[in-house]
Amino acid sequence: MTTQDERDQVLERIEQWKLRPSRLTDDVITMAHGAGGKASQSLTEAVFKAAYGGPQLDRLDDGAVLDIPSGSRVVVTTDAFVVTPRRFPGGSLGDLAVNGTVNDLAVMGATPKWLTVSAVLEEGLPIDELRDIVGDVASAAGAVGVEIVAGDTKVVERGAADGCYLTTTGVGLVAAEQRLGAEHVEPGDVVLVSGTIGDHGMAVMLARGDLALEADISSDTAPIHSATAALLDAVPSTRWMRDPTRGGLASACNELSVAASLGVSLFEDALPVKPPVSGACELLGLDPLYVANEGKFVAVVPADTVDVALDALRSTPVAAEAVAVGEINDEHPGMVVAHTPFGGSRIVDMLVGAPLPRIC
Amino acid sequence: MKFVTEFRDPVAARALIAEIGSLADGQPPRKFMEVCGGHTHAIYRHGIETLLPESVEMVHGPGCPVCVIPMGRIDDAIALASIDGVTMCCFGDMMRVPGGKSTLLEAKANGADVRVVYSPLDALAIAEREPGREVIFLAVGFETTAPSTAVTAMQARERGVSNFSIFCNHVTIVPPVKAILDSPGMSLDGFLGPGHVSTVIGTRPYEFVARDYGLPLVTAGFEPVDILQGVAMLLRQLADGRCEVENQYKRVVRDAGNTAALEILGQVFSIRPHFEWRGLGFIAQSALALNDQFAAWDAEQRFEIPGVRVADPKACQCGEVLKGAIRPWECKVFGSACTPETPIGTCMVSSEGACAAYFNYGRFRARTRIPVTSA
Repeated sequence: MTTQDERDQVLERIEQWKLRPSRLTDDVITMAHGAGGKASQSLTEAVFKAAYGGPQLDRLDDGAVLDIPSGSRVVVTTDAFVVTPRRFPGGSLGDLAVNGTVNDLAVMGATPKWLTVSAVLEEGLPIDELRDIVGDVASAAGAVGVEIVAGDTKVVERGAADGCYLTTTGVGLVAAEQRLGAEHVEPGDVVLVSGTIGDHGMAVMLARGDLALEADISSDTAPIHSATAALLDAVPSTRWMRDPTRGGLASACNELSVAASLGVSLFEDALPVKPPVSGACELLGLDPLYVANEGKFVAVVPADTVDVALDALRSTPVAAEAVAVGEINDEHPGMVVAHTPFGGSRIVDMLVGAPLPRIC
Repeated sequence: MKFVTEFRDPVAARALIAEIGSLADGQPPRKFMEVCGGHTHAIYRHGIETLLPESVEMVHGPGCPVCVIPMGRIDDAIALASIDGVTMCCFGDMMRVPGGKSTLLEAKANGADVRVVYSPLDALAIAEREPGREVIFLAVGFETTAPSTAVTAMQARERGVSNFSIFCNHVTIVPPVKAILDSPGMSLDGFLGPGHVSTVIGTRPYEFVARDYGLPLVTAGFEPVDILQGVAMLLRQLADGRCEVENQYKRVVRDAGNTAALEILGQVFSIRPHFEWRGLGFIAQSALALNDQFAAWDAEQRFEIPGVRVADPKACQCGEVLKGAIRPWECKVFGSACTPETPIGTCMVSSEGACAAYFNYGRFRARTRIPVTSA
């Protein structure tokens, strides 16, 4: 026979236990972590909030409320990240998920402010690996100074996804007077690239390990917002910017030539390519112009501002090797033409399908 | 990148362009066929056509191994790939080649296990790693790639790998060159001989071109300076009234070829009585099959293969393009029904194919011909 007092003590203990923060004791992701119950909660607390919690995220509301300064305009972008392998020389899935979205905001002329992170996890993913990925997200976001304000986690059955996919949505602010766009590009303008091309794509291709090729190539994944800001500061008349990710510089220039109805001329001997990257491309029959970048951007500026623009870019570490690589003309609208060092020329077209290595 | 950059040297290239200009000056128009798809690719990739005088025309030959595979053989490969438990391994550019109905890329999307490899040895390694699967390597290519297939077959036999086989589509370079020389309306003035194939077979097998047909042939490398020098050597022969087999690619190609590789080819392969070439039809003794000693590793012996011949699409003029009878853009469907996204003929599929190379790199010339500088 228990006394009322003893019963109260038991109830009190249960109450205390319920208030205790949930602990994550599992080693791998199970379907339970996506079911919305205690396991989901403990994963959110112990992994996501522990890595990048903040005043907005910690409220765990259904949405984040953002304060926008008056006179600013908002830029929104979203991107999914499914890279294999998830860790490669120079970076990781977590780095890419932040830098990729930050860079999309940056080339729109925006200051990156907020991010949301949505994760699709495959049943069986080791939680230690997830912690590493999420840790990379947190440190990349910290390096840029963006706040992660919302997130979501879903778990799918083994085989329905490949480990971990991340989707990030970025929100940035852009000054009311900022005007960037292909419609502002004019014949005679100059095309700049913020550094060497092809590093990311080749690093990932080699890291997959099925090429039996070894080369000292690291991904260039990095946030470029400081360089885009420096350029816009020094050359407010900058016409257009783009980060040449999938499809590389060739695709970015093709998109520009079509959008602006102007021609783009690229000078092959001016294109900055690291020797190991150009060597690996040569061996595989790939063209570095089509290989992905994750920490570079291409900008078009008026011809009389090139020196100022390059000085501004080179003052930032991420664009220290910026160079002029081409110019805009009205001779072949909608077409990108590369000029070879000895006076030949060729069309640089959009890539059809995936870049497949040639046989011989 | 050493060993490449010096063969892209602008100064050397300009000197050769000037030499070509003066050699062609006052001579009748010349048509040279580059046999090899690698040359076609390099010619467009580096804009070499835009640098040649108007009187010197490059005709793109049948040397793209992907382009000459007939549709029926692609259908056979797809049928093999679709067998339960089979893993089909192939080179990247075979994935998009259209068969009669679909491609290996579509077969993969529909659930077939098709994997891109970079060497036949990678396919053998997959077979050893996954003993529960039947791994088939889709072998294509001229004498350039055939030795690596032969080595793989020998290693499979040595190591007793029983779940590995080869679907052999290797072809040889001399019979199609001969077929082109014998075709009616042939109007070539010389050949830029293939570089990579010649590293294996040497330059002697081409001697009939000079001896029997009275045409010059220069085996050349794949960099811009190589190709320009090869063209200059052809023009010089014609100016001197000579017709010989010459070797521009001496840094790699020996006259007798690679005797070790040739010996391995002899040990593993036998010559098929005839083989169908896309656009060129059946050519006698133009392809290789695994010989009887390697029957256990021959996919054609181990599996039921439909082997249905599929006629080339009527509208497609790949054959005329491959023979050099018409230029890519003169084909009825070029750039309209047949594009790199929706290729009808295989010349449009591989980036080495004459049509795809022209579509990707060469269109500019047709629109605004750049004046030839002889600086």
